[in-house]
Amino acid sequence: MNVKAIRDSYLERCARRRIFDLGDVAVGWGAIFAGCDFFAGYPITPATEIAEFLARELPMAGGRFIQMEDELASMSAVIGAAWGGGKAMTATSGPGFSLMQENIGYAVMTETPCVVVDVQRSGPSTGQATKPAQGDMMQARWGTHGDHEMVALCPNSAQECFDLTIRAFDIARSLRMPVMLMLDGEIGHLRETFDLRSPPRMDLPVPPDPSAAQPFGGEPVPPLVKFGEARYLHVTGSTHKPDGTRDVTTPEVHDALVRRLCRKVEQSRAALKDVEKDIPVDARTVVLCYGAPSRPALAAVADARKQGLKVGLLRLKTVWPFPGDELASLPGSVRTVLVPEMNMGQLSREAERYTDMDVRCISKIGGVTHTRKEILAPILEVG
Amino acid sequence: MVPAGVPISEHPLTRYLRPGTMPSSFCPGCGCGMVLNALLRAVDHLKLDPKEMVMVTGIGCSSWIPSPMFKCDTLHTTHGRAVAFATGVKLMMPGKKVLIVAGDGDLAGIGGNHLVHAAHRNMDLGVIMVNNAIYGMTGGQCSPTTPAGMLSTTTPFGNLDPPMAVSELLASAGANFVARWTTYHVRQLSRSIEELLTGEGFRFLEIISQCPTHFGKDARKEPAEVLEQYRQSSVPFSKDKGTAEAPDEMAMTVGTIADRQGKGYVRRLEQAEARWRGPPVRVDKKEGKI
Repeated sequence: MNVKAIRDSYLERCARRRIFDLGDVAVGWGAIFAGCDFFAGYPITPATEIAEFLARELPMAGGRFIQMEDELASMSAVIGAAWGGGKAMTATSGPGFSLMQENIGYAVMTETPCVVVDVQRSGPSTGQATKPAQGDMMQARWGTHGDHEMVALCPNSAQECFDLTIRAFDIARSLRMPVMLMLDGEIGHLRETFDLRSPPRMDLPVPPDPSAAQPFGGEPVPPLVKFGEARYLHVTGSTHKPDGTRDVTTPEVHDALVRRLCRKVEQSRAALKDVEKDIPVDARTVVLCYGAPSRPALAAVADARKQGLKVGLLRLKTVWPFPGDELASLPGSVRTVLVPEMNMGQLSREAERYTDMDVRCISKIGGVTHTRKEILAPILEVG
Repeated sequence: MVPAGVPISEHPLTRYLRPGTMPSSFCPGCGCGMVLNALLRAVDHLKLDPKEMVMVTGIGCSSWIPSPMFKCDTLHTTHGRAVAFATGVKLMMPGKKVLIVAGDGDLAGIGGNHLVHAAHRNMDLGVIMVNNAIYGMTGGQCSPTTPAGMLSTTTPFGNLDPPMAVSELLASAGANFVARWTTYHVRQLSRSIEELLTGEGFRFLEIISQCPTHFGKDARKEPAEVLEQYRQSSVPFSKDKGTAEAPDEMAMTVGTIADRQGKGYVRRLEQAEARWRGPPVRVDKKEGKI
C-alpha cells in the first residue's frame, strides 16, 4: 500500500469530523489535512501537544515523525525533508524558536517551503515556562539575521488553528519560503470545538513551471523543485545565482537575490492580507488585536458600544506582512488606536509606523490574558 | 592514469563534477583534493548513479568538496547542522544514498550533538569527516581535534585540551561502521568510502588531512613531509587490544574501528510503520471513525 493511498484512506475516514480538543491538537489536524508528511520537533511547553499528536497520527496518515536532539536539529531536518519533497513542519515555543532562527534564515535564503509553529510563552529565557505570552511577534519578523521579509499568521480559536495551519502550508509553497504560525499558549491550550473541513483558500500566486525558470530564479517566485528530479540542484544559504551556484563576492548578485526574496512577499501583500474588521464610519477608537487578547477585546468593544461609544475592532489573522494600509485608511474620525498585547508593545510599535493617530499598547505580561475590563477601561478613558 | 598535458576536462572522473568547478578553490597542498579524488574513485568503482545520491555539507573548507564540485543534488547547510539536515533528506528519500562531507570543527565542534545522536540512532547516513585539526576557513583557530600543546590563533600559548577521539566516540554511540585513515592512505580511503556508500546504518570515516596554510603555522612543513609523517606515525587498529599501543604522542591509529551489522534507522522505522498501520482498513463512510 503506497503512502498516498494510506493518506487518502486516512483523510477519508476523518473528513468532516467535529473535534473537541486543544488549539495545539487543531494545529496537528490542520497539518495532516494540509498534506504534511514530515514533522521534526523537540518537546517544549506549551507546544508539546502538537508533537505528541503528530507522533501518534502522522504515521497513520502516511507521514513521518521524528523527535530530534534539539530545535537546531528539528529545523534542520524540516528543511532537509522539504528538499526531499516533503511538506514539512516543526512546532516549538520561545526558547526553541530562538534556536531555530539561524535555520529559518537558511530557509528564507534557499527558498525552502516549510511551516514553523511557535506557541508563545512568557519570556525572556525560561521565564514563566508554562504561561502564555505574545513576546515573539518581533522575533518572528526579525529573529534571523540579514534583510528579509516574513509571513506570520495568528489564530485566535481552535478552528482558526486548524484553518490557518492549512493556509500556512499553502503560502509556504506558493511563495517558496518558511511561514510562521504564531499561537500563544492561551490559544494552544484552549480546548474548544473545531471541524475538520476545507477552509476557504486564499488567492495566492502559483509558482512557475520548472521549465520556465531556473531553480533559484523566477520573478518573483522560483519554481517548486526538489531533490531526485535529476536537476543536480545546488542548494546553499550562501549568496547564489539563479542556477544555485555560489557567488558571494559580486554585489549585483546579492542585491538581485535578496531584493527578489523581499519582493515576493511585498508583491503578495494584498493576497496575504487577512483581517477581521468591524469599524463604524464614525468610530473614534479602534482596537487593533490578534491572538488570545482579541477574545476579551471583542467583548470589551461590545461593552463600550452598549455605553454609546464609537469603537471599532480590527483583528489581524495575517500579522506579517503587517497590513499597514488598514491603519492608513481608518475613518478620519478615529483618534486613538488601542493595541492589547501580551507583551510590552510589539505590534503597537509597528502600527505607529503607519499612522499619525495616537497608538497605545494595552500591555499585559505575567502569563495571563487581559480581562475584558482591562481592555474596556482604556476604551472608556479615551472616550 | 591520465598522461601529463591532457586537459582536466578529459579526465575520466570529471563526468562526476559540476562544469566550471575546476580548478578548485583549495590552497596548494590541501588534503581536500585527495579526499575528492578518493570519493570520485569510490563512486566510480561502485558505478553509482549520481541521480541516486544526495550530498549534504556544512560550513568549512572540506564542505566545498562536494559543494559545489560533485554533480548531484547537494545541500550546503548551516554550520554544524549537516547531519540533522541529512536526517530529514534521508527520511523523505530513503532510497537515496545520502553522504555528508564536512570538517572536524563543523561535525565534532559546533555540530557534535547531531553527530552523536545520528550515530546513536544508527541513521542511514554516510559521513566523511575531513579532520585537519584546525578551523581552516576562518584562518587557523583551535578545533576539538587540535592536539594538546599545539599553537593556533586562539591558543597562542598552546592548546590546553587533548584532541577529541571522535571515531571512538561514535563507535561507542552505536555507529555501524567507523574507520580512520589519513590522506596518505589513498587506496584505503577509497575502499572505506565504498563502505560508507554500501551498507546500512550510520557509517563514518575520519580522514586525517593536512592544512598546509593554517595547521602548525609556526612550524610549517611541506605537504609531502606531512604525508610522510602520517605514514610513519600511523598504527593499525588492533581488535584484540581495542586500540593500538601508541609509540609516541603523535601516533594515530588507522583502520576500521567498528563494523557491525545493526539494523539501520530506516529499516527499523519501515518495519515499525507496517506494524503500526496494520492491514488496510475498510472505510465505513456512515461511521466515519478512525
